[in-house]
Amino acid sequence: MDKTVKAEGRSIDSASARVKSSAAKPASRGRAKPPAATRLGVAKTYKLYINGKFPRTESGRYFTLADTKGNIAANMCRASRKDFREAVLAARSAFNGWAGASAYLRGQILYRIAEMLEARAEQFVTELKLMGLDKRAASREVTATIDCLVYYAGWTDKYPQVFSSVNPVASSHFNFSILEPVGVVSILARQESALLGFVEAIAPVIAGGNTAIALASEQNPLCAISFAEVLHSSDVPAGVINILSGYRNELAEQFASHMDVNAIIANGDDASEIKMIQEQAANNIKRVIIRKKSIAADPYQIIDVQETKTTWHPIGG
Amino acid sequence: MNKRIAPHKLNFDTGWAYSPAPESIDHVHIKDQYKLFIGGKFVAPKAGKYFNTINPANEKVLARVAQAGATDVDRAVNAARGAYDNIWSKMKPAERGKYIYRIARIIQERAREFAVIESVDGGKPIREARDVDIPLAAAHFFYYAGWADKLNYAFPCRTPQSLGVAGQIIPWNFPLLMAAWKIAPALACGNTVVLKPAETTPLTALKLAEVIEAADLPPGVVNILTGDGSTGAAIVNHDDVNKIAFTGSTNVGRIIQHALAGTDKKYTLELGGKAANIIFADAAIDQAVEGVVNAIFFNQGHVCCAGSRLLVQESVADEVVFKLKERMQTLIVGDPLDKNTDIGAINSAAQLERINAYLDLGQEEGAEMFQCGGKNPDKGYWCQPTLFTNVAQSHRVVREEIFGPVLAIQTFRTLDEAVAKANNTQYGLSGGIWTDKGAKIFNVGAKIRAGVIWANTFNKFDPTSPFGGYKESGVGREGGMHGLSAYLDLH
Repeated sequence: MDKTVKAEGRSIDSASARVKSSAAKPASRGRAKPPAATRLGVAKTYKLYINGKFPRTESGRYFTLADTKGNIAANMCRASRKDFREAVLAARSAFNGWAGASAYLRGQILYRIAEMLEARAEQFVTELKLMGLDKRAASREVTATIDCLVYYAGWTDKYPQVFSSVNPVASSHFNFSILEPVGVVSILARQESALLGFVEAIAPVIAGGNTAIALASEQNPLCAISFAEVLHSSDVPAGVINILSGYRNELAEQFASHMDVNAIIANGDDASEIKMIQEQAANNIKRVIIRKKSIAADPYQIIDVQETKTTWHPIGG
Repeated sequence: MNKRIAPHKLNFDTGWAYSPAPESIDHVHIKDQYKLFIGGKFVAPKAGKYFNTINPANEKVLARVAQAGATDVDRAVNAARGAYDNIWSKMKPAERGKYIYRIARIIQERAREFAVIESVDGGKPIREARDVDIPLAAAHFFYYAGWADKLNYAFPCRTPQSLGVAGQIIPWNFPLLMAAWKIAPALACGNTVVLKPAETTPLTALKLAEVIEAADLPPGVVNILTGDGSTGAAIVNHDDVNKIAFTGSTNVGRIIQHALAGTDKKYTLELGGKAANIIFADAAIDQAVEGVVNAIFFNQGHVCCAGSRLLVQESVADEVVFKLKERMQTLIVGDPLDKNTDIGAINSAAQLERINAYLDLGQEEGAEMFQCGGKNPDKGYWCQPTLFTNVAQSHRVVREEIFGPVLAIQTFRTLDEAVAKANNTQYGLSGGIWTDKGAKIFNVGAKIRAGVIWANTFNKFDPTSPFGGYKESGVGREGGMHGLSAYLDLH
């Protein structure tokens, strides 16, 4: 995909994306003229999701996403480092509330996300097909994503029991270790698996009470951006999940170096990018989780972004 | 001033003097010179370089120890690799455990000797070495020994695998205890070890090498290299090391994390702290004052989790500060080997210089400094226990880790203010809460972003209790079941 495609004959401001009907195959990039008898479709503008709102990138930049036939599928926001910083502010502000929410509530909200996705499954199947999946594969990815959300919804009030401890210290103290979310987590989603890969990355993070800023797959960001709409209708508090689209090689360094981000999860196997992320993360002793390939959902992915807190109190009196 | 304050200032100048009560040292064996412990033998460093380790209480040389260079590190890593491939990774876990139990037992048998050496090499009071450092080190080996054949129970639905060779770099504040924290879990999880003790406190690690020899551990399972920062860097950067465990300053931790980028080495970092110790008005004040003394003056304040910031609720601030100043006058600064001593020698000339620079800085920034005015011994490195009051959150004595017996005191009015001040730091290692209200302990304890919370107590340690920091205080946990994962591959 040519990232340097310019917005021909259109101002950047009006460069909102339009998903075309597959029937239209214009030779040029202009908007397709519909056959006289059919209704003109109302296509969606794909924007960022920051602090529970859908802003365009502050930079005014965009990149063009092509479908499998080479037609413009959408003009995506090319998020800037400033957009990322705004998202970190939102995530930090949302952290105490979300971390302090009861495990039961977090579980219900994750389940609610699954419900909303189920209701909109058809939309995501369409978007996945637009990007080249056949219908069966697209349906399978959407249902697997819904099930992944239900899976983590069930963990919110169980992983603390499985992974916490009461510690038999030798002195006369009661001593216990519990898990707490690490804080604000930046996430670089996988390039492939536009929907499942994205949700697999964020679900364990928020299940554990963290807040997140996630960069959608650059090659295929449609589903991640549409997923923001699902989140928006699922009682997820503003700022808990923030979603950006943009160029990974432009934003990854900021995701890794930001001093108010506590952990980074990087999905991918580019050795030079991994090294850069690990180096930048050292600035504030950020926790670095590298996932070179897709792994099945499990509670250890929640634990990856948890801290252990140990509390002592004397016994006696 | 509050009515609860004693009406009369206590007078300690009564003619009752403490007679010296020095620990005898005739049972202790320190050689004139120590070589490197590699492959089960004490071998000379390739470059033939040695450096002195001194007693910081009198500046006398205790022994000469080897300076390990890159070639020596390579030899040690090769020895550890060989022992891992051929013996340790193939041994039945229960047998591995029995070796570790042996180490624990021999340390217990030789505890008095270890305590004395820890005191003379590092400057800490013999009372603390005897009652805290050495017993806890033995307990740590004993605890992890039992994990060796039970690892599968710690991680549901996982099959834990050892990592290989662990490179471990430890600080000078708790020399033997930190060696135990590092070596015990590494061995229990089936790894072999290359350990570097701190430059100023190498002796108990070298005595531990003797214990490991006496326990008949297969050669190469534990290798101990003395040296400076360059030795540590050679361990961190060695290609055949699978895991790095480091305890020390956040700045060095940052360098190590950066150096490990792009490698597959696993790491744990246990770094600096600037813990807030919060006293609420409803606390048992006398008990809290004792807790403050323990929080900041234990081990001369050379403690990463020290309660170096005191936050006192405004209504009891005068009372707390008054009582604290009274209590400080009873603290005895002096000969670490004297059993009456509360505050021993500062670990090194360099550390004393660093602390003194902060004492100057604090005053320059406008804080009020309080010391009792006791007299320091003529020789050695000493710092009287110190308070800073009238400090602001922006003062460097409030923000930076001093690693000495220096306490910055701030006040607060509301619980939220206390929490905000406590969390206003890049560190997150520990925190203290003093209150009689259980509900408040859970509330504040949950809000403080730190890995260890001491409620109505401070500076307690146990092998079963996970230890480690949030934020820039480190990555990973040491101790307890949680400490195992640092030395295992769980995928």
